[in-house]
Amino acid sequence: MGRTLAEKVWDDHVVRRAEGEPDLLFIDLHLLHEVTSPQAFDGLRKNGRQVRRLDLTIATEDHNTPTIDIDKPIADPVSRVQLETLRKNCAEFGVRLHPLGDVEQGVVHVVGPQLGLTQPGTTVVCGDSHTSTHGAFGALAFGIGTSQVEHVLATQTLPMARPKTMAITVEGELPDGVTAKDLILAIIARIGTGGGQGYVLEYRGSAIEKLSMEARMTICNMSIEAGARAGMIAPDRTTFDYLQGRDHAPQGADWDAAVEYWKTLRTDDDAVFDAEVFIDAAELAPFVTWGTNPGQGAPLSANVPDPASYEDASERLAAEKALEYMGLTAGQPLRDINVDTVFVGSCTNGRIEDLRNAAAILDGRKVADGVRMLVVPGSVRVALQAVEEGLDKVFKEAGAEWRHAGCSMCLGMNPDQLAPGERSASTSNRNFEGRQGKGGRTHLVSPQVAAATAVLGHLASPADLSETPAPAGV
Amino acid sequence: MEAFTTHTGRAVPLRRSNVDTDQIIPAHWLKKVTRDGFEDGLFEAWRKDPEFVLNRPERKGASVLVAGPDFGTGSSREHAVWALQNYGFKAVISSRFADIFRGNSLKNGLLTVVLGQSVVDALWELTEADPTAEITVDLEKRQVLAPGITADFELDENARWRLLNGLDDISLTLQNEADIAAYEAGRPAFKPRTIDA
Repeated sequence: MGRTLAEKVWDDHVVRRAEGEPDLLFIDLHLLHEVTSPQAFDGLRKNGRQVRRLDLTIATEDHNTPTIDIDKPIADPVSRVQLETLRKNCAEFGVRLHPLGDVEQGVVHVVGPQLGLTQPGTTVVCGDSHTSTHGAFGALAFGIGTSQVEHVLATQTLPMARPKTMAITVEGELPDGVTAKDLILAIIARIGTGGGQGYVLEYRGSAIEKLSMEARMTICNMSIEAGARAGMIAPDRTTFDYLQGRDHAPQGADWDAAVEYWKTLRTDDDAVFDAEVFIDAAELAPFVTWGTNPGQGAPLSANVPDPASYEDASERLAAEKALEYMGLTAGQPLRDINVDTVFVGSCTNGRIEDLRNAAAILDGRKVADGVRMLVVPGSVRVALQAVEEGLDKVFKEAGAEWRHAGCSMCLGMNPDQLAPGERSASTSNRNFEGRQGKGGRTHLVSPQVAAATAVLGHLASPADLSETPAPAGV
Repeated sequence: MEAFTTHTGRAVPLRRSNVDTDQIIPAHWLKKVTRDGFEDGLFEAWRKDPEFVLNRPERKGASVLVAGPDFGTGSSREHAVWALQNYGFKAVISSRFADIFRGNSLKNGLLTVVLGQSVVDALWELTEADPTAEITVDLEKRQVLAPGITADFELDENARWRLLNGLDDISLTLQNEADIAAYEAGRPAFKPRTIDA
């Protein structure tokens, strides 16, 4: 019987297989950042262990880093200690580090792909759940905890139970204005935050094949929000073209050998998935979340749901609590929800295409009075590219704040946070209670919806702007 | 890792689904560089409410958390497990755990027990009606016991063996050094490297 993409990559990394034990998997690439690594390095020190493969390990700083005044000492002493701890650990053990201020610094899941380190058929881990992003290249990429970070540092392997596989097939054309973010939000709403538990998801079908690499990363990034171990997309010409010429992509004969291997990384026709989901791309629309988990979402044209409409008791209770926290009323049109803050950035939507998409909508328009808009490139390289294209000017002229690279307002670990009760439209990945700051309320959206929302001051799609076209010549 | 064989303690019934790791331990606590001192951050936002179950005097000293489905979703932060342990929890019962959280818990000796929602409902009713009721989580027998309730649970034999003996995963893996070295020797040259080795 044939094998799925996930099974092929898995099988190619089994170091040891024994009855009654998890497989021992080799890890091709280990990404580190400041938050989940200090206790792992402590563990190495305590046991007199070294980093086994420095050549498969790389670190950057992203979660704690401020996005303004980056030339000044970090104001929060606790954040500063955490960043200094990473610097000390990397220096002591010899790990390659791109610290704040370095041209390769950025959100870890933006940095890996842009350096060409994320490649098809590799295993990638990081102490961060959004490691699933790298699956867009046909890599098997898992988020891991700190104990596992230590395990990989010490052994370059991980014992792991073989996951099940789920196909998510998306056929047809995405309607105009519908993005990868809308698609993944709709998928999570459909299968639920626990729907992917125990599975590696493979996104496939004609609508997926047409997506750019960056759009594919947005999709795979949020696999974890459906509870999945990982998300993957089979590598194809789009993948190879994205990789060719990048710093760490293979060259010459190695490139040819790599492509030959990468072309085998497709689910066989006779392979059987443990579960399958089918989605008609044509039925999708701009999608936003109304609740406090990423599965609580609906098309922008819908109303806030009535908790009483849920048959499942725990879902009903969850919806009630979510509406209470979010300060929303059942039946209220989603388009009527006003926001205080708009955030464009994160490992989900902080790449150059995301910034281009947001800028195209803001060009010649203004952010609504009373709305704060933060645009935070996912990496220094993304920022430089955006500046080269003049996107920073578009954002600034529209009244948005153009910031330095980092995780920023995706999570409340750095100065970019919502105040209690503040409401955001955010291109990030989690609308959990307090995720963007204590008491903050988050609506997850695409970069396009974020930009249109910034202009109108309430949740909106670019189509809502057609009544007020950009002035000619701007 | 601390070994886990059996534990008996009073419970905290947490009638919530989708308890994500941002609720268990908010991000600002993650700036700490140790594995301890997270107890005050556990459910920090919810604990501001004096009526929150963890704040009730009758729950003081409880060590078994009985939670709704999809416990531990979201971020991979192992700090969530440390916060629960630092607070004094030895076991968490739910009908469904997020994968990464579950993996993290078992690596730290916090036993995560999967039981059907009907059993979870029964445990909620029991421990809400009688806060002094004790729950026993017996890993050797793979069984949860409480007054009027007996439920078997599953845990794969390998994970159970490691927990019962408090074994260190890294030491176990390093016993396979020859396999790792052999695998490394056979890796294709085109695989990415972060530095020239």
